[in-house]
Amino acid sequence: MRFVFKTSYTQDLGLFRDGVQRRWYIALCVGLLVLPTLIPTYLVDVSLVLIYGLAGLSLMVLAGYTGLVSLGHAAFLGIGAYAHVYFAQNLGVPWVVAMALAAALTAAAGIVVGLPALRMTGIYLTIATLAFALIIQEVFVHWERVTGGLRGKPVDKPVIFGLPFGSDVAFYFLCVGVLMLGLWLTANVLRSPTGRAWVAIRDSEIAAQSMGVHLAVYKTMAFAYSAGLMGVAGALFAHKVGFLAPDIFSVLLSIQFLLMVVVGGLGSLHGALFGAVFVAMLPVAISQARDSLPAWIGAAAGIFGPGAGTAAYLGMDRFVKQPGLEPGIFGLILVLFILFEPLGIYGRWLKLRIFFSTFPLYKRATFKRQKSYMRSERLR
Amino acid sequence: MTLFKADGLAINFGGIRALDGVTFEVEPGEIFTIIGPNGAGKTTIFNLVSRIYDPSAGRLTFRDEDITRVPPHEIARRGIARTFQNIELFEHATVLQNLLLGRHAHRRSRFVEELLFLPRVRALELEHREAVEKVIDFLDLQPYRDSLIASLPYGVRKVVEMARALCTQPRLLLLDEPSSGLNVEETDGMAFWIQDIRALLGITVLMVEHDMRLVSAVSDRVLALNYGRAIAVGSAREVQEHPDVVKAYLGG
Repeated sequence: MRFVFKTSYTQDLGLFRDGVQRRWYIALCVGLLVLPTLIPTYLVDVSLVLIYGLAGLSLMVLAGYTGLVSLGHAAFLGIGAYAHVYFAQNLGVPWVVAMALAAALTAAAGIVVGLPALRMTGIYLTIATLAFALIIQEVFVHWERVTGGLRGKPVDKPVIFGLPFGSDVAFYFLCVGVLMLGLWLTANVLRSPTGRAWVAIRDSEIAAQSMGVHLAVYKTMAFAYSAGLMGVAGALFAHKVGFLAPDIFSVLLSIQFLLMVVVGGLGSLHGALFGAVFVAMLPVAISQARDSLPAWIGAAAGIFGPGAGTAAYLGMDRFVKQPGLEPGIFGLILVLFILFEPLGIYGRWLKLRIFFSTFPLYKRATFKRQKSYMRSERLR
Repeated sequence: MTLFKADGLAINFGGIRALDGVTFEVEPGEIFTIIGPNGAGKTTIFNLVSRIYDPSAGRLTFRDEDITRVPPHEIARRGIARTFQNIELFEHATVLQNLLLGRHAHRRSRFVEELLFLPRVRALELEHREAVEKVIDFLDLQPYRDSLIASLPYGVRKVVEMARALCTQPRLLLLDEPSSGLNVEETDGMAFWIQDIRALLGITVLMVEHDMRLVSAVSDRVLALNYGRAIAVGSAREVQEHPDVVKAYLGG
C-alpha cells in the first residue's frame, strides 16, 4: 500500500493525489490521442460516450453531489441542442458563441426548474422534474418555428473559427476537448466552498444551514450549473445525431442518464464517466446480442436433440425481438446495482484496487455497509 | 453587557405549548447550561436560536441585535454555531471536508473564480485550511483528518462535530448534549474541552446537558426547564437542590 507523504497544505488542493496519479492521467490522455488510429471505425460511438460523459457529469453534480435526483435531464439536453442549432443556423451566430448562449439558456431553464424544487425533496422533486421534461417535449413538438416540430431539424456539421469539424476524427477531438474542460471546471468547483456546500446539503440540510449555507441559493446554483453542462452536452449531441426530432429527448433518455450516475457510482466524477461508457455501450451490446444470442442458445439447446434446439432458437428469437426489451434491461440493471452494489462501478473499482494494494490482508468488512440508528428523525 | 438574551420565548406545535415564556440571559464568557426532564423544551430552545423554528412569541437578542427574524443561514455569520444531539455530520465526506465546511460563513470567493480555481481562491482555501488546522490541533483530531465520518467511532464524531462548530469562529457556541453516548472517561475529556473553549478561545457556551456531573463541573449558571417553563436559575448546586426541580425529576 502506498502512502502519500504530505509536507504542505497545497498538496491537498491539487487535482491529483500525487505524481503517480498524475502520470496515470497523462497516460490516459495519450491513449485518447492515439485512439483514432487504433479504432477508426468505432470513433463515432466513442464520441457518443464522451458526450454522455458530459451529461453524466451534469447529473452527477445534481444527484451525486447535491442529492437532488432529477428525471428531467433529457429536457435540458434538448433545450441545449435546439438552442445551439437555432442560434448557429437560424441566426448565424458563431459556433462557440452559440454554444455559450445555449449553455446560458439551459442554465436559465435549470433555475426555472430549480426554484419550485426548493420546496420539494426526494421523490416529489423527481416527479416534478419528470413533469417538466414531458412539458418541454411537447414544446419541442409544437414550437415549429424554432424546432421544426415533428418534421425535425437537420443539423449542419460544426465549423469553429472557420475550421470545419465535420470528419469523425475532428469531432472526436472536439468532444474530448469539451469533456476535459467540463471535467476541469467541475473538479474546480467541487474542491471549492461551493462544492463543499453542495455535499453538505446532500448529507444534512439542517447542519449545512446551521453552518451558514443558504439552501435556496446553493440548490439553485447546483441546478443551474448542472443544466448548463447539459446544454453544452446538448450542443455536441445535436451534431452527433445530425437530425433533431422531439422524440429523441424522451423520458427514457432521462432514465438512461440517471442509470448512468447510479451504475457508475454516485458521488464521484469517475462514476459519471464509467456510467457513460456503460450506458453508451449497452445498446450496442444489446443489438449484438439480438443478432447472435438466439443462434447460441439454439446451438446450446441442440445438445438435447434437434427439436429442443429449434424450439429454444425460436423462443429466444421471439424474446429478443420484444419491443420493450431495451428499457426492461436498463431497469433490471438499475435494480440489481442498487441492491448489490450501491457504490456502482466506481465502488467495484475501488474494492478491486484496495484488494490488490493490501493483498493479502484485504478485509471484506472494509466496505461492509453498516445500518446506523444514531440519527433520529430529522427536524422537518 | 449581556451577550445573548431570550425574552419571553414561546412556541406552539399544534395544541402543544412546547415553550411558554422562557426568559434568560447569557453573559459573555459564561458557560450556561439548560437542564430539564425529557420533553421540557431544551432542544427546542436551540432550534429557535438557530432559527430552524419561528417562535410564536418572544424575542432573541444577540450582541444587542434582534435576531428573532434573521434567516437560519445568517446565524453562523453573526457568530453563533451549534452541534446536534444526534450528530449531523456530512457522513460521506472526510473530517477535513467537514471542518472546511465549518468555514463556509467566511466564504469570500465568487462562483466564477471557483470555476477557474484562480490564485485568489487557492489563497483563500489555504487560509481556511490554516484556521481548520488550528482547531484540529486544539481538539487533537490529527489522526482522523482524512478519514470518512462513516468510518469513525461515535466518540470521535462527537468531537468532530464540536470542531466543525469551532471552525466558524463563533462568539456563542451551542452544545446540544455534548456527553450523550459517551462513556465516563470521554465525558471527562469533554468537560476539559468545554472549559478550554471558554478559557483559551474566549467563546461563550450555551449547553443542554443531562449528565449532572458534567453540568456541575463546568457550568457557571444553570437553568432548569419543565414543560416549557423556567423553574429555577442559579449555580448547579442551587438548581439541583431547588424543590421545584426535585419535584420535576422525581415527581410528587
